[in-house]
Formats: sequence, structure tokens, C-alpha cells
Amino acid sequence: MSILRLFSSRRPAPPATAPIARERLQILLAHERGLTRGQPDLLMLLREEILAVVSRHVALDPEKVVVRMERGRNVSTLEVDIELPNELEPARAATG
Amino acid sequence: MAKVLVVTSGKGGVGKTTTTAAMGAALAQAGQKVVVVDFDVGLRNLDLVMGAERRVVFDLINVVQGIAKLPQALIRDKRLDTLSLLPASQTKDKDALNEEGVGRVIAELRNSFDWVVCDSPAGIERGALLAMRYADEAIIVTNPEVSSVRDSDRIIGMLDSKTVKAEKGERVNKHILITRYDPSRAARGEMISIDDILEILATPLLGIIPESQDVLRASNVGSPVTVNNPASAPARAYHDATRRLLGEVLAMMVPSEKRGLMNLLRGRRAA
Repeated sequence: MSILRLFSSRRPAPPATAPIARERLQILLAHERGLTRGQPDLLMLLREEILAVVSRHVALDPEKVVVRMERGRNVSTLEVDIELPNELEPARAATG
Repeated sequence: MAKVLVVTSGKGGVGKTTTTAAMGAALAQAGQKVVVVDFDVGLRNLDLVMGAERRVVFDLINVVQGIAKLPQALIRDKRLDTLSLLPASQTKDKDALNEEGVGRVIAELRNSFDWVVCDSPAGIERGALLAMRYADEAIIVTNPEVSSVRDSDRIIGMLDSKTVKAEKGERVNKHILITRYDPSRAARGEMISIDDILEILATPLLGIIPESQDVLRASNVGSPVTVNNPASAPARAYHDATRRLLGEVLAMMVPSEKRGLMNLLRGRRAA
């Protein structure tokens, strides 16, 4: 057996991927469980409120708003990139 | 001229999502502009297989309902810049999708992509019907196993009657893709043969994807198998199938694992 191992070690086994799968699932499910059990999704809430505040002052062009998220284990990031024209148009009652 | 391709099967667990990710990436690697769209509302998984699960902000239903614009919901792949993902919703119920709304989104996607690849949910209900509704081409993912072949036959019947193309008297271009094929079991006569499957389904073959550990490894790390390990047997088979889809004529063969001498002597390696 040990001799076989010696030979086979020339072709190292590919790195184990199961721990990566476990890590990805833990992060994902931590966020999704919060959602399905009625806890508010903080990132989504922030996204909506930020956009609501901005659109109170400016007529937002939805094409010029880029929202990116990255959910992590300890830290998540929300990136809201809003392109504002220099000559601001006042907000209309209903945007979008 | 953009093409809408549905990846469907009827039966669950045969490899629709794996195929959507692998072939979507392979098309992008071939220089095509590609969007993969997850139609499995409530049980999305394409985002996970593509490794984009932490970046989902908006989804297909948000776009259909007008809450988000299409460019906001599309997630650009980090590895291939001509590949994008439109995720399904995880929480809303599947009745939120309607034919008219899906039609609008597909029409808009046709304007910006060469290929719109729709990952169908299992079953023959509303979600599966909407995924195939606007298709020009269809890949019917089939395992060499009786229940999968039966369900494929059912889906072929629906592609020929319930799609917009069928209703206009045209045909959806259908292709069979055999997945989870095990050459050694087939050689022992333990698996229904490919010739038999093709004869029963009377539909041309696009490719044969061998059963492989590389598929599981790729989904573990969230990367399409054609990107994660392009030299692997399933990746080469998916690349060949993709070239056939793009019109090339290639000899049909099952790529095999490259094995070292010791592996051959020891037989099949354990998982």
C-alpha cells in the first residue's frame, strides 16, 4: 500500500473543494435564513432607504444607479453608485 | 441575431443548472455575449453554481415587476466579461412571473446579447413553460436512465406545442444532451444505450457529458466546469457541444479522464 502511495504521489490529488463549498453555504444560508424567518434584510433595507432619500431630492434615472452587494461572513458591503447630472432636476412625485 | 436557448428536461437532478453554467461560459469563451437566466423561482441555484450568490441584489421578478431595470439586475461574471447572470428570486412565489412580463425581459435581453440561456426549473408546470416559451433552441438534458428519457419525451412534446415558435407554425430547434454518462457501465450493458435514447426521442444529439468528479468540484467552488477545469473530460465534452451548437460539425465521442498509469492499475479512483 505504501509503495502504491509513493507512486501515486506523483500525481497529487486536486485540492479538496468540500471546505470551500461548506464556507460558501454557511455564509449564504446565514443570510437566507434571516430572510425566511422574518428578520429584515439589512442590506436591502438600506438600499431602499438610501434610494428613497436621494430620489426625494433628485429625479433618479434608474439607468444611472448601480447597486452592488457582497455578502461576507463577518462583513457585507453595499455599494450604491448614483450618477447625478450637474443641473439637478427636482424630484417628481413618483420616480422611476 | 440573438438566440434564446432553453435548457430543460422535465426531470430534476439531471444537470440542467450545471449545463446552463458550463455552456453559458463556453459560449462566452467562444466570444459570444451571453446571459444565463434562472427561471427556478423560489429555488434558485444558478447563482450558487456560477459563484455569484453573494452578489445578488435584484432578480428576474424585480425586473418583470418594474422594481429594477434590467442593467441593475444583471450580474457580470468576474472571470468572463461577456457573461452575465440574471438570477431568480429566492423568496417570492412563482406566480409572480407572467408570460407578458417574461416576454418583455427576453425581448430586452435579445437586444444586448447573442445568447439568452434560460435555465428551466424541473417539472412541467408554469415555471418550465415560461422558461421555454420564447425559445429558438432547446437543449433537453437527459440521463441514460428510463425515467429521464420518458420525461424528456414529455418535454419534447411541450416544445412542439406550447412555445411561441410552435404556435406560429415554426419549430424550436431541439438537441439532446446526454449527461452523467458512464462509459464503463455502458460497456457492461448496464445503461440504456445512446442509440436507443436517440431512436426513442427522435431528436439529434448535441453531446455526451461523462459522469465526473470534476462537476462536483466545480460546483463546490462556484465556477462553471468549463472554466474551473477546462482540460477535464466533462469540460471538453461541454466545449464540443457548444461548438456544435454554434454550427461546427465534430465527430461525436465521449472524452475520457486522463489517468496516470497507477490510477489505471488501481482502477477507478474513489471520490
